[in-house]
Amino acid sequence: MSGITKYFGDIFHGVKTLLTGMKITAYYFRNARKEIITQQYPENRDTLKIPERFRGIVAMPHDENNEHACTGCQACEIACPNGSIEINWTREVDPETGKKKKTIEKHVYHHDMCTLCNLCIVACPTDAIVMEPTFEHAVYDRSLLTQVLNKPGSKLRAGVED
Amino acid sequence: MIMGSNIFDFSTVTGPFHEWLLENMSPGLTMTIEWSIIGLTLILFAAISVMALVYMERKVAAFFQLRLGPMRVGPWGLFQVVADFLKLLMKEHIMNKTADKFLFNLAPFIIVIAAFLGLGTIPYALGMHIFDINIGIFFITSVSSIGVLGILLGGWAANNKYSLIGALRSGAQVVSYELSVTLSLLAIVVFTGTLQLSEIVESQADGWWIFKGHIVAWISFIIYLIAGTAETNRGPFDLAEAESELTAGFHTEYSGIKFAMFFLAEYVNLFIIAAIGATMFLGGWMPLHIGFEGFDNVMDYIPSIFWFFGKTFFIILIIMWFKWTFPRLRIDQILILEWKYLLPINLVNLLIAALVVLNGWHF
Repeated sequence: MSGITKYFGDIFHGVKTLLTGMKITAYYFRNARKEIITQQYPENRDTLKIPERFRGIVAMPHDENNEHACTGCQACEIACPNGSIEINWTREVDPETGKKKKTIEKHVYHHDMCTLCNLCIVACPTDAIVMEPTFEHAVYDRSLLTQVLNKPGSKLRAGVED
Repeated sequence: MIMGSNIFDFSTVTGPFHEWLLENMSPGLTMTIEWSIIGLTLILFAAISVMALVYMERKVAAFFQLRLGPMRVGPWGLFQVVADFLKLLMKEHIMNKTADKFLFNLAPFIIVIAAFLGLGTIPYALGMHIFDINIGIFFITSVSSIGVLGILLGGWAANNKYSLIGALRSGAQVVSYELSVTLSLLAIVVFTGTLQLSEIVESQADGWWIFKGHIVAWISFIIYLIAGTAETNRGPFDLAEAESELTAGFHTEYSGIKFAMFFLAEYVNLFIIAAIGATMFLGGWMPLHIGFEGFDNVMDYIPSIFWFFGKTFFIILIIMWFKWTFPRLRIDQILILEWKYLLPINLVNLLIAALVVLNGWHF
């Protein structure tokens, strides 16, 4: 008896789940006009909508005083699985306290090696680097893909290390 | 009497033409001319409808997945199919060195011939029926099983492991699902008492079988849709081609125009399955009649060919809906679905259909 109930139960369960799936796709099909996410790229360059979590390139935001939040802790360099980040750092003596302090000279980023895995962004304790949602990165020379992320003359923003 | 006077009869065009030909030339020549016109029309119709189906498939698939689909070639990508077709025509013929050359070249023709034989028996509109034989359903089911021979030959002759696996899978699948397709059609044949397609259509003048045959017709219709999808190697049952496992299944080694022939046959078969489903369950070219004379007359003013194609494309849309919703089945699951579920249900359904007809429980 249980075999027969199971047989018909299987049929009804199967039909029910199939209909659930078809309901979902039917919703997509009926609302395709307003829910289509494809964008006609070269034509809509001005009105391009890029998703929030799109990972295009690693960048280091600087504020208006040309200051960034990178303390040179090298957490991103350690987190990077394929060595796309190199940090050249020095120790500078703080004139007020006389302590030696680590500062970055160059935050070197190899875009040509980077797999955009986001691990460096997660590892950064001070949110000094972010993923920028840009994507037109083609250049004519491979060496141009090796970038220095901190701008010349920039320095650490006060209060980041506290 | 059932032919409402308002339905446009296509034989009012073909009849005088036939007589005019007979007056001016010998019967043999008339026959030749008529058959060449019909053949040419059929080939043109197949090419155009396949293009329409490919475009529809791509757009429907895109909308089901919230994409736009082809948009670049022509307005809304309308000429994309033409471009694809031209590309296929210009591609190189490549054949395996170890392939069986005769069978390899024969396979696409077998499959296309099977598809065209099916196309010939469909009643497209009132008076627009190429050959109306009294064993129509029997003929179509037997002709559609020739197609699997082409698949098996193509897969075997290519001498490629993917082709062979795809062909054998397809063979097992089509042989099993043919049973279900035929048995589900038999339920309607039990209702109508005839195998002739024109009579089946005319028997639906006072209501389509899907309404008149209530629960029995519903069960047959659903089983027909599932089994028909499987028989055309489409949708969740496409493991004869299974791109992710078998590259392209039985037509892995084909290129150029021979590949295009497989492609053409696939879509023609889809059209045939949908057209037969529309003819048997949804009344074919018969307009929707509910019994009120005024309403029926208004419906009759819509040409019967529009009714036929509307219903056919409705069923095609359902089959495409299956394809873009369900995940692909495994080979054992496909055979279990057929032999343990569809076939027993179908047999019981056929028995119930016989009971319903005996007791006159249908409308």
